Amino acid sequence: MVLLSAEEVSIERGERRLLQDVDLSVASGQIWQVLGANGVGKSSLLRALAGLARFGVEGSISRFERLLYLAHAPAIKRALSPLDNLRCHPACDITSTPAQISQALEAVQLGGFEHQPVGSLSAGQQRRVALARLLLSDAPLWLLDEPFTALDGAGCDWLEGCIRGHVSSGGAVMFTSHQPSRFSELQQDLDLAHYVAR
Amino acid sequence: MSPVDRPSLSLLTAFGRQFRRHGQALMASLADVANPLLFFFMVVTLFPLGLGPDPLQLAAMAPGILWVVALLASLMVSARMFASDFEDGSLEQMALASHPLSVLALGEVAAHWLATGCLLALVSPLFAMMLGLPSQGLGVLMLSLLLGTLCLTLIGAVGSALTVSIRRGGLLLSLLIIPLNVPVLIFGTAAVTEAVMGRDPSTWLTLMGALAAAMLALAPLAVGAALRISLDS
Repeated sequence: MVLLSAEEVSIERGERRLLQDVDLSVASGQIWQVLGANGVGKSSLLRALAGLARFGVEGSISRFERLLYLAHAPAIKRALSPLDNLRCHPACDITSTPAQISQALEAVQLGGFEHQPVGSLSAGQQRRVALARLLLSDAPLWLLDEPFTALDGAGCDWLEGCIRGHVSSGGAVMFTSHQPSRFSELQQDLDLAHYVAR
Repeated sequence: MSPVDRPSLSLLTAFGRQFRRHGQALMASLADVANPLLFFFMVVTLFPLGLGPDPLQLAAMAPGILWVVALLASLMVSARMFASDFEDGSLEQMALASHPLSVLALGEVAAHWLATGCLLALVSPLFAMMLGLPSQGLGVLMLSLLLGTLCLTLIGAVGSALTVSIRRGGLLLSLLIIPLNVPVLIFGTAAVTEAVMGRDPSTWLTLMGALAAAMLALAPLAVGAALRISLDS
């Protein structure tokens, strides 16, 4: 089942055209890694696919299912506890009970930190709070912008397992990362070098 | 073209959670809440020093002074209303929610108003007494400020939403919203003056109420649209 498709999408930023003629279709069970040098337009592409950018985006993008978009900015309030941050998440897609949220926080090694202000946690731990949302949302399509940033080795392994679990249960994931491929047999690469506008 | 919309939370719950999120964040940074009050207090203390200690003159100018200071205090805080949400990525997530962005943003605005405008209106009689405002004006001052700060906060929310993506948008924001604040200032000052003179202020209060109701209905739509534009650039 196709969850997202893009046809002849071109993206402009300011006066500059970044990408052109991007065609892709993301079906359930697929993992896509978006590759490309800094500034080539990876984040802009994800924002456009998520539906956040309309100006400067041409072509047609169709979203057939709900999606979860995780940006560089974690959408986490430093003054709030991890528990409250997830319960009152601005995307309003978390219906879990506090007990379920605590469970998810334990899964990302944040057990015991549920009630501390996020601002007192380390950068990696803050990243984990944002990633705990992956366990709580039921959106089939995940668009993750640099999800491995700031995570330690164990955290990266956990996230890898999380993504594998999601696609094996019918979801799809598209992520950007400069790390070498982690899902060798499963993943497909979208190298933006082929679509750079000339 | 559009994703399959299946809101999992009811609209009211979503509104309540945004209200709570923003309220908690505000409560945690007490400086943000105390700032407008402190500003109000300082200006009200300075006016008698500048104008001279004649109580009659002060009392005559008090409605105008109090209202102008309230307007400036509101302007000061509304500029940053959506700034932190823009910076930490919360706005993007709000825009992706299956609920209308205007309703979620209204939840934030409501929390913001309670912590700033409403609080300011509730303590305003204290400041009014410092300026020697006759006691028959105190109730009307508080009521007019309650309605007035609601208008000012909603107008400020539209301005803040429009300028949130602009670096140093403060000046632009002031230019945008001060003209819109003028009717509120006129109605509010007139209501308090009438009450001090012993006349019936209800005409002005009614006008102000009508303005607040209209703003409450229209401003969220403008805020939602403005936030989407700001996110898009």
